[in-house]
Amino acid sequence: MTIQAPPGRRIKAVGLISGGLDSTLAARLLLELGIDVVGLHYSTGFCMNDHRRAMARPDEEPRRMRNEGLRAGADLGIPVEILDAGEEYLKMVLNPKHGYGKRANPCIDCRLFMIHGAAEYMREHGGDFVFTGEVLGQRPMSQHMQALRTIERECGIEGYLVRPLSARHLPPTRPEELGWIDRDRLLGISGRSRKEQLDLSARWGIADFPQPSGGCCFLADENFAKRFHDMKEHTALERIRREEMILLKIGRHFRLSQEIKIIVARDEAENRFLSRFERPGWRFEAVDCGSPITLADGEPDTDMRRLIASITARYSDRRAEPLVEVAARNGDREERIVVPPVTDQSLAAWRI
Amino acid sequence: MQVHADRRLDTVGLYCPVPIIRTSETVSRMSPGEVLEVLSDDRVILIDMPAWCRSMGHGYLGARQEGGELHLYVRKQERPVSTPAVAGKD
Repeated sequence: MTIQAPPGRRIKAVGLISGGLDSTLAARLLLELGIDVVGLHYSTGFCMNDHRRAMARPDEEPRRMRNEGLRAGADLGIPVEILDAGEEYLKMVLNPKHGYGKRANPCIDCRLFMIHGAAEYMREHGGDFVFTGEVLGQRPMSQHMQALRTIERECGIEGYLVRPLSARHLPPTRPEELGWIDRDRLLGISGRSRKEQLDLSARWGIADFPQPSGGCCFLADENFAKRFHDMKEHTALERIRREEMILLKIGRHFRLSQEIKIIVARDEAENRFLSRFERPGWRFEAVDCGSPITLADGEPDTDMRRLIASITARYSDRRAEPLVEVAARNGDREERIVVPPVTDQSLAAWRI
Repeated sequence: MQVHADRRLDTVGLYCPVPIIRTSETVSRMSPGEVLEVLSDDRVILIDMPAWCRSMGHGYLGARQEGGELHLYVRKQERPVSTPAVAGKD
């Protein structure tokens, strides 16, 4: 079937490209149908790959940390723009209209946020419809039929949101009705099996993609989610900034009281990161030995500072010694605290 | 390598994708044919920058290392890319 494009130009689709297999295949399918494709790759601040990059050891293989959206764009020969989701995304994450999945994942609101962005991009730069690599029934929260319909209804471009991989399970969109896309050549993939996607990738020679089903979002991570919900419980939402989210990804976290939480670095890379992190408040470090940096949230009093010092001592190279000297600093103020390292038994009760 | 750069962008201390976002913003304000020099200390940019250039149709002229910093060179495309790799085959 010939595409009935508006006279004088080709049809242009704007799509969300994570760089995973599904979005890559969706883009490739539209290219096969003779449609121009522009990809948008959102940087949300919750991507595990970006974090791995910030924490990378010098010997870490760089290809493992590349941006998959850019890689997909280069391989497909389509422009891919990287968009910073910014503070608006954080506001949505803190208060999602459709709630969270099993962890801290607001998948439906996240999709809506990105599709709204793609629609805005389309209005600004031109484009005829938006597409995603969503597959019916693949993900429990955001890709069952009701969720796909909710997203369609609330995305602001009803009728112009195309899911090429599962289109034949869904009502025809306007681009299909207008003859811009041949519905018969769209796909009817559904479910969690990746067999059809892997067959397609083999047929189209797409070999270089991240492992299917590999989670890459901190919001869907169990440990991150515990820290995230702890923070929401103990902090006024309007005070939470992106910097706090960065810190949730780093170190061991202990909630010592309603007001006091500490973060203890786990290794050299986290120490380096925390030492560069400009943030007011108390910092602790055992003296003259290998020691984690410990950051404290809140205003710890003398007893609390002793407790934090003893936790820092527990993770220092002198943890086997009866007493460890720990430096506590807050701006120009510095004190030395000599404490026994805390026992692991006590730690368990505070761990987030 | 010696490349004459028309503009310079310092992204030292920033991790991906921020250097690429800043590069994109800067290139959008440049004229076709001009060269941008990007400074970075994120070694993965050696993979991402060429990929971004291929994706957007800009010329990636290469990189050199100076101390702990990488200097990468990008030439803004002469004409926008309008035909994706496999479009229009059918």
